Amino acid sequence: MLAKRIIPCLDVTGGRVVKGVNFVELRDAGDPVEIAARYNEQGADELTFLDITATSDGRDLILPIVEAVASQVFIPLTVGGGVRTVADVRRLLNAGADKTSFNSAAIANPDVINEASGKYGSQCIVVAIDAKRRSAEAEQVLNAQGQPVGPGWNVFSHGGRKDTGLDALQWAQEMARRGAGEILLTSMDKDGTKSGFDLALTRAVSDAVPVPVIASGGVGTLQHMADGITEGGADAVLAASIFHFGTFTVAQTKQYMAERGISVRL
Amino acid sequence: MNSLTASRTLAVVDYGSGNLRSVWQAASHAALDTEWKVVLTNDAKVIAQAQRLILPGQGAMADCMQELHASGLLETVLQAAQTVPLFGVCVGMQMLLDHSEEGDIDALGLIAGQVKRFELAGRRQADGSRYKIPQMGWNRVNRPQSHAEHPMWAGIADGSWYYFVHSYYADLADPAHCAGETEYGARFASAIARDNLFATQFHPEKSADQGIALYRNFLSWNP
Repeated sequence: MLAKRIIPCLDVTGGRVVKGVNFVELRDAGDPVEIAARYNEQGADELTFLDITATSDGRDLILPIVEAVASQVFIPLTVGGGVRTVADVRRLLNAGADKTSFNSAAIANPDVINEASGKYGSQCIVVAIDAKRRSAEAEQVLNAQGQPVGPGWNVFSHGGRKDTGLDALQWAQEMARRGAGEILLTSMDKDGTKSGFDLALTRAVSDAVPVPVIASGGVGTLQHMADGITEGGADAVLAASIFHFGTFTVAQTKQYMAERGISVRL
Repeated sequence: MNSLTASRTLAVVDYGSGNLRSVWQAASHAALDTEWKVVLTNDAKVIAQAQRLILPGQGAMADCMQELHASGLLETVLQAAQTVPLFGVCVGMQMLLDHSEEGDIDALGLIAGQVKRFELAGRRQADGSRYKIPQMGWNRVNRPQSHAEHPMWAGIADGSWYYFVHSYYADLADPAHCAGETEYGARFASAIARDNLFATQFHPEKSADQGIALYRNFLSWNP
């Protein structure tokens, strides 16, 4: 049986892997190859590098990191953050990335997903969706049929600053239709709270799309990770801080999941 | 290095497909401390003279076949496949078969069989979650009795985990060519072998130690 995946997420800025709490007090987390190798030894199923660099000048600095890690650690690598064009995909794949993750750029120009997956295959195109439960006010916004859209989740862009008005479920379906091979789903309501994934959101998206869904945002305990899979129906779970700060290792997470009957690679 | 252990060449065939670099890197890693030189090449002469070949492939089968044709390397690869140990990876494995449903395209015809799309729509896995396509992630590879002792599996535990990303699978005409089986909705051939040919649907270059071990075995395999 296909194993559920555990994916540590590493933040990268200025060519270094960093760790911080809510983007403040970023601290150097050490050598990217060493960190990647450590997660690999713990049994990480994939690694995701998120480029949090604000300027496009700094962005290319992630390429040497991807190159260095890809030459030493032989598990799948995903790169997200600032991926905008088909040319960005090419450069990241050339550097050794296996998948690239689009977010705001897919909202600004959905065709880029058709183009990128058409050229390099769906297997290397991930679409990241930052979703937030609609406010009472947003539920009253009228849809194309003139009816209030009602409860659900909206997609936010630009690092969660801008409400696009798009419905998360419909957006996930459209992205899969356009060629996304995977959806990385982050709950903005839960992100950073350590209170667990938004399980209703995860379940709704996971049931709505034919492609794998990675749950992200809100993990504080091992129970949360397991719930993302058993309750949320996710194919993979992604977490950053609980691994970076050594709260739990990937191996402990997998052990916990295995004890609860979840298929994991041990 | 003395003349008795003159360097030998493993050529990763560069016909323009996607995951060449990771295949080359992982195979190079496997070749550390051996007499093998691993080259990524589109030079027909180098490919014709190499003692081992890896045929990678990623993305759509039709694109891969088209690129292999366009590269002018098709005949060289077919010629080499008659005698030299050849390792097909992912679409590089699918291309060894007769035909693919994906794009309704004829393939190399080196191993009898068809490439078919997973038909899993609406079906649920044992844990209640729906089957997703592509199959993306780690799954187990079990060896049929007939290939339990295949030299490519030396030192690798039966049922080891490998990394898969695919929507199509090999439906072999002759089960004797199945060297490894994986369960995803149904059992399918995740590794195939015939004489000097070995190929995997999964990506050894992304399968950590068990993948490197497979590439290392390929260097010492003498079919």
